[in-house]
Amino acid sequence: MSAIPQTITQKILAARAGRSEVSPGEVVVCRVDLAMANDVTAPAAVSAFRKMGAARVWDRERVALVASHFVPAKDIASASLMSTMRAFALEQDIAHFFDVGRGGIEHILLPEEALVLPGDVVIGADSHSCTYGALGCFSTGVGSTDLAAVLATGEIWLRVPETMKIVYRGAPGRWVMGKDLILAVIATIGDDGAAYMAMEHTGDTLAHLSMDSRLTLTNMAIEAGAKSGIIAPDGVTLAYVDARRRATGRAREPVVLRSDEGAAYARTVEVDASALEPMVARPSLPSRSVPVSEVEPVRVDQVFIGSCTNARIEDLRVAAEVLGEERIAPEVRAMVIPATARVWRQANEEGLLERFADAGASVSTPTCGACLGAHMGVLGPDEVCVSTSNRNYVGRMGDPSARVYLANPAVAMAAAVAGEIVHPSDVRAKEAVGARG
Amino acid sequence: MGRAWVYGDNVDTDVIIPARHLTTFDVDVLAAHALEDLDPGFAAAVRPGDVVVAGSNFGCGSSREHAALALAGAGVAAVVAASFARIFFRNAINVGLAVLECPEAARGTSTGDEVEVDLDAGTVRNLSRGATWSTEPLPAIAQEIARAGGLVPWVRARLAAGP
Ligand code: SF4
Repeated sequence: MSAIPQTITQKILAARAGRSEVSPGEVVVCRVDLAMANDVTAPAAVSAFRKMGAARVWDRERVALVASHFVPAKDIASASLMSTMRAFALEQDIAHFFDVGRGGIEHILLPEEALVLPGDVVIGADSHSCTYGALGCFSTGVGSTDLAAVLATGEIWLRVPETMKIVYRGAPGRWVMGKDLILAVIATIGDDGAAYMAMEHTGDTLAHLSMDSRLTLTNMAIEAGAKSGIIAPDGVTLAYVDARRRATGRAREPVVLRSDEGAAYARTVEVDASALEPMVARPSLPSRSVPVSEVEPVRVDQVFIGSCTNARIEDLRVAAEVLGEERIAPEVRAMVIPATARVWRQANEEGLLERFADAGASVSTPTCGACLGAHMGVLGPDEVCVSTSNRNYVGRMGDPSARVYLANPAVAMAAAVAGEIVHPSDVRAKEAVGARG
Repeated sequence: MGRAWVYGDNVDTDVIIPARHLTTFDVDVLAAHALEDLDPGFAAAVRPGDVVVAGSNFGCGSSREHAALALAGAGVAAVVAASFARIFFRNAINVGLAVLECPEAARGTSTGDEVEVDLDAGTVRNLSRGATWSTEPLPAIAQEIARAGGLVPWVRARLAAGP
């Protein structure tokens, strides 16, 4: 027992720093349980790793390299980046290298693969590495040079963050998902409202949220400026983790920790989840989120259902449910990109991919794709996109004059069907009326 | 000493260096596109020693180190902001780009002002206005890394020294 009550984040960092307790603000050096890089960040990390004079990664079993952003290679330059990462993976005999077709977007892939577990310290060379915190681990994003130092030494220096506690109350209504909760929080606290902090999600609402929705909550910690997002493990977490460990045969044990009674929080934010509508973030900041019914009428050119935020099986099921037997509006192009090979296969088995294709959507292989405006759906001048991803910054998805609205997959599919931003129940209600007539 | 280039809040790494240029980490290529989606004239007009001054949450968004490299490569001597997003802040220190958090300097500086930054002393001087501001010191370990010239030389020295 430590003398001062600790948050779950303090406990994890203390354990990995070999300490009994740590305080917010102090700098600690932590052992890393898993280090991750992708095709954009790994090549620069490899170059820094070599310049550091390192010969071997500290532990080949604790490194994951994932081809996700520019895959399948979009041009010759990105093919070269991939070759650099592939060659390094082979040279170092990296245990968890996921090439095209065998992985997908890292933030959905690593939990599926049971490579990130409760109690871990995870360091990823990608800003959305905060996603893994939904499992009850400390996880944060860094740049390539920091990652290179982890590859070389197995350690990282971290300033112990203060924690913002978010308390969700009540059962979310129809079409309200993890995405809406986190957009509501960011609208309240601002784009840097949790700067340098850990965001700890708590409250009775969590019992209503699947692991998929929880991963969306922690995914967008970075959009509030946070260092990490975290949810203490409960029955939902442990059932998921056990299932994934069995399915993958990975034997590493989870370490279940919780915040102490009386732990210090820098700020507490309360959210009445039962009163929330689906939220939409207007261009060009996530904090410009409002309930969908308050969005001004806007015609939509493109709908993107994908990314590490909302391309899990639950997201695709919800999108298919809103779609029903409708078709994509003729003036809209819709693209659905399942996040990983496993999500793709499951959606295929459930007939979802065929339904999307029948309705006129483009369905493709797992990749970040349109989310970062690199390929597979880049926006042209003045175009309007509804996206299930996490960033609607200027130029993020293409031309700087394009406008991006962020939403959950139900709202995104409703926009694809209606050709404009509407409440998902408008689309479903219309169909019900049509069916009666 | 250099000229100030002043921008607002939430300058994200997507506008510092858009994803279409992430297929390389060649500093000169990145520098040629620095801040292209925010200020298309910047890359051509910036001179070595100039200072980028901005509002809160500078460098938010993507972890792409390319953003810090693009600014450093363009000759930017330092970024002074009211506040920084943490990944950019670490990246800047790691690649040897000076970063100073100073809300007063961010408020009291206009584009074109002559600005001088002293990282060791932690001060920002605006010569055009005759003002000097001091900033919070970096954590000791970050100072050590900055003094070593970045994280690569810092780790290199430690690896060479052995366990
Ligand atoms: S899906 Fe988008 S936000 Fe997520 S890792 Fe890929 S590029 Fe980043």
